[in-house]
Amino acid sequence: MTSTAPLQDSGSPNLSPDASHAAAAGQDHAEHGDFRLFGLATFLVADGMTFAGFFAAYLTFRAVNPLQEGSTYELELLLPTINTVVLIISSFTFHRAGKECRGGNLGASRLWLAITGALGAIFLAGQMVEYFSLPFSLTDNLFASTFYALTGFHGLHVTLGVICIAIVALQTRRGGRISASDHFGLEAAELYWHFVDGIWVVLYGILYLL
Amino acid sequence: MTLANPSDFNGSLQPQGWLRYFSFSLDHKVIGLQYLVCGFLFYLVGGALAGAIRTELATPLSDFMPRDTYNEVLTLHGTVMIFLWIVPVVNGAFGNYLIPFYVGARDMAFPRLNAVAFWLIPPAGILLISSYFIAGAAAQSGWTAYPPLSLTTPAAGQVVWILSVLLLGGSSIFGGINFIATILKLRRPGLKLMQLPMYCWAMLGTSILVVLSTPVLAGTLILLSFDIIAHTGFFNPSLGGNVVVYQHLFWFYSHPAVYIMVLPAFGLVSEILPVHARKPLFGYTTMVYSIMAIVFLGLIVWAHHMFTSGTPPWMRLFFTIATSFIAVPTGIKFFNWLATLWGGKIALNSAMLFSCAFIVNFVFGGITGVALAQVPFDIHVHDTYFVVGHFHYIVYGGTVFVIFSSLYHWYPKFTGRLLNEDLGRLHFLLTFIGFNLCFAPQHWLGLNGMPRRVAEYDPTFTTLNQVSSVGALLMAISTIPLLINVVVTALNGKPAGDNPWNALTPEWLTSSPPPVENWIGEAPLVTEPYGYGQHHGQPQEVKA
Amino acid sequence: MPIRTALAVLAATTALVLTGLWVGNNVNMLPLDASSNAPTYDALFKVLFSIGTMLFLGIVILLVYSMFRFRRRAGDFSDGLAIEGNLPLEIVWTAIPAVVVLFVGIYSYDIYERMGGMVALNDHSAMDHMAMDHSVQQAQAPGRVWGGIGAAGMDAAPSGPVLPVEVTAMQFAFIFHYPDAQITSGELHVPTGQQVELHMEARDVIHAFWVPQFRLKQDVIPGQPTVLSFTATKAGTYPIVCAELCGPYHGGMRSNVVVHEPEAYDAWLQQNSPIRTTT
Ligand code: HEA
Ligand code: HEA
Ligand code: CUA
Ligand SMILES: [Cu+2]
Repeated sequence: MTSTAPLQDSGSPNLSPDASHAAAAGQDHAEHGDFRLFGLATFLVADGMTFAGFFAAYLTFRAVNPLQEGSTYELELLLPTINTVVLIISSFTFHRAGKECRGGNLGASRLWLAITGALGAIFLAGQMVEYFSLPFSLTDNLFASTFYALTGFHGLHVTLGVICIAIVALQTRRGGRISASDHFGLEAAELYWHFVDGIWVVLYGILYLL
Repeated sequence: MTLANPSDFNGSLQPQGWLRYFSFSLDHKVIGLQYLVCGFLFYLVGGALAGAIRTELATPLSDFMPRDTYNEVLTLHGTVMIFLWIVPVVNGAFGNYLIPFYVGARDMAFPRLNAVAFWLIPPAGILLISSYFIAGAAAQSGWTAYPPLSLTTPAAGQVVWILSVLLLGGSSIFGGINFIATILKLRRPGLKLMQLPMYCWAMLGTSILVVLSTPVLAGTLILLSFDIIAHTGFFNPSLGGNVVVYQHLFWFYSHPAVYIMVLPAFGLVSEILPVHARKPLFGYTTMVYSIMAIVFLGLIVWAHHMFTSGTPPWMRLFFTIATSFIAVPTGIKFFNWLATLWGGKIALNSAMLFSCAFIVNFVFGGITGVALAQVPFDIHVHDTYFVVGHFHYIVYGGTVFVIFSSLYHWYPKFTGRLLNEDLGRLHFLLTFIGFNLCFAPQHWLGLNGMPRRVAEYDPTFTTLNQVSSVGALLMAISTIPLLINVVVTALNGKPAGDNPWNALTPEWLTSSPPPVENWIGEAPLVTEPYGYGQHHGQPQEVKA
Repeated sequence: MPIRTALAVLAATTALVLTGLWVGNNVNMLPLDASSNAPTYDALFKVLFSIGTMLFLGIVILLVYSMFRFRRRAGDFSDGLAIEGNLPLEIVWTAIPAVVVLFVGIYSYDIYERMGGMVALNDHSAMDHMAMDHSVQQAQAPGRVWGGIGAAGMDAAPSGPVLPVEVTAMQFAFIFHYPDAQITSGELHVPTGQQVELHMEARDVIHAFWVPQFRLKQDVIPGQPTVLSFTATKAGTYPIVCAELCGPYHGGMRSNVVVHEPEAYDAWLQQNSPIRTTT
């Protein structure tokens, strides 16, 4: 049976073609404000699959392809472990920033964002230090290549995250786009940051600990 | 990601008339047609390349073009047809045009992302094709780009190929995200998931596959490009790498990709058959479940492309069984379609002829597919013309036939005019005969010893290859009535009225072509898109 | 269901099954069968071909019948019956393909096992056993075999010695080396009735070794040695085809396998071997 019922979100029935479309589109979005986060989450699933592919490749290489004499899968653990802790803490600080923002404390939120960004930067610096102290370079052997590909791809994500944090922090200033009631940018950055964190934990597990 | 900015819809900023098809339009209908026309142009390119292949293969000697050119041509043919014709058209074109109507929305969830997704395609396509001219040599390691071959062929062409496929993959992922959000989140209030037209389900399933598998291809190709540019050794055995890992990663995407190419076609057929048979779609619920079953199984069967690659026995066994089982949910769909036709009032117009021929062709290709899934069988025919026959029966006989069918079905929606039926039937006849002539003999060739991707072959195979080439010529000719039809109709075709087929799906419950905002006033709530035979709100007793 | 319809359906199904069986058994689409593996393969092919014919013809006949029987007559603008589903029917057509597919899967597994596909290639006791009287192979034993088709199970040639041949594939040729006789050749020569074991490795890119008359194919992969075992049954010369795209001359990468009767093979061996062996 086909029946017609009014669509709730369309206000006046006789809008002119151009205007009504805009209005309808705008209203559709206003009504389902969570769309963009949903879209971002879907994107992160996709992004996660890229990592999953890399992980699968790494694990397979490791299981079946012996390295040549003298190379090993062992890595120095101290620095990466500190880095892991730094990144995990940064997830909590970001969470705190979000809470403050929703509570209306934009100033505090900005402070926590700054801390998060700084932690992210420390992580990147640590990564750099590790890169320069490693006994192997990109093309030395299969493990080296995979190591750089994985950590490099993740590092790119962290870099992007730090940039996003900086932008969001700027937007929390008075007159910026982010306010207690409208904080999509911050939430998106937060979701992304937690994702990047989670990936790192898995990466740390299989690359360093395994 | 972005709100539709009202001024974007303002006539003074957006070009109107035909010019808007060349603009960064945010209107899903414009984007849909952009995909369609762009895809069709690439179909002509891919078809011209196929013509070159069949010309070379008309004689057993490699005499029409140099051997490495042949490899470039077949690589480009496969890549263009898959990534620039089938995938964009069956997903992007019809998906963008129809999905918002089906969910009762005025646009896609992310209109701007949608436009970006489309506008990635033309540059990627042009890049791919021009690699022959700018890089000096196009990629020549097949559409599968297996290393180490892809590491040893001219690097520039291969890198351009990777870049282009990455762009197209990105476009596909953006599209997939948009479809998922639109179908799940943008539904008109009051519309339940199980009331959606089947094409929505097909697109939901497809988009899940896109989002889960395309990124793996992207990652793999990035590693491959490292091997080419930075001389890492992921897939380079002389540097300790492993070539079979590439194959696993590649097929983890490329097997689901075949369902990305065919599930939307299944959805389109499910829309077309009920309209022209005047019957409800048979077995709606099982159709939905079988789509989801195909999605799930599609993700775990990839290694059936690698039965001779030195995979361990247990793996071959698992993938044989898993692959064979795809026949079950697919079979459900086919039997449901037959039941939809049974007892109907079938109008044998061009749209219907193409759809019915799709059933014939796809069942044929599906049965050869199930045969291929059997390891011992596949060991003999892997990488032969039997496989070429199998997949052309499916991609061409299946998906392309459905695209044509959809064109006849929805052209009145796009333009308000009906395509000419006589030309349509001529197009059908030429395509159907040409297609079978071209691809049926290839099965025999494969079984008897003709490998694929060769420019020269044993002279005992000459006759059948020539039959195949004649078939290809007929297919090329068959595009002429189609093109004439489309152009002539656009200029002065028979006016169609708003709903020439008396269809019940929501896109027909507005004017043809539709207004910018899809419906003047409220969007209709269509809870029974297939309510044929139960007119005017008085459902008849359903006798099972 | 009225009796008449039931009978008609029964008759049609029987006719379909018989046609499928006839086609599967009488339409020959395969080249000569020249290995012990080929007849098994052909049996599988017949089964698949029969089932495929039945399914395909059945569906096409149903479709074409519907298209004619239920076509819209001129002037009739009414709708068809509003039938939306039928659970028992849907269960039937889920179950039938499931059973067919299960049967086909188990059957092809059986065939595969008989071909030697399920043999564990790196089982060291098996390796030692095979390598017993081949010192060269002993040297090769630590090298890992990555895949392929092992010494066949049931219908293989009776326990005779295995003939090992080393195959090197490169752009664009196969080279065969007989470690026992120290022959290197561009053509493969094998006797009938003796199990041959090819140890294959590629120099540059992936190739594939295929003999259509043996129904056997195996990729030859750089860095990952594979094996392929077979027993030739009919003397003759058959093409060896490279079946994996390996570059511009992929299509020209062909050779021959010459299958001799055992005496003729010995003669060939005597003639070509630098060291005189007596078998
Ligand atoms: C749209 C594209 C598409 C689709 C839908 C399919 C569908 C299937 N394909 Fe195909 N395939 C390709 C495109 C596609 N394929 C391509 C492009 C290649 C080559 C890639 C390359 O190497 O370049 C390929 C290669 C390919 C191979 C590898 C061959 C080789 O290289 O050696 C295999 C092996 O298992 C296979 C199997 C299948 C199966 C089992 C299905 C199943 O989904 C089919 C299921 C459908 C049916 C079975 C018909 C309907 C069912 C019934 C009527 C019920 C009753 C039937 C039975 C009980 C059998 N395909
Ligand atoms: C996905 C879709 C798709 C489609 C639609 C087609 C369509 C066709 N294909 Fe394609 N094909 C593939 C996907 C597809 N193919 C893939 C993935 C491969 C594997 C590649 C690889 O091995 O890597 C392949 C490989 C392949 C081969 C094997 C090559 C080899 O292994 O050596 C052959 C040989 O006959 C072939 C033939 C054809 C033909 C005759 C058509 C015809 O149906 C085409 C009909 C259309 C036309 C003829 C267009 C007509 C228009 C014109 C001629 C106008 C001219 C226009 C201008 C000049 C601008 N194809
Ligand atoms: Cu060697 Cu193809
Ligand atoms: Cu597949």
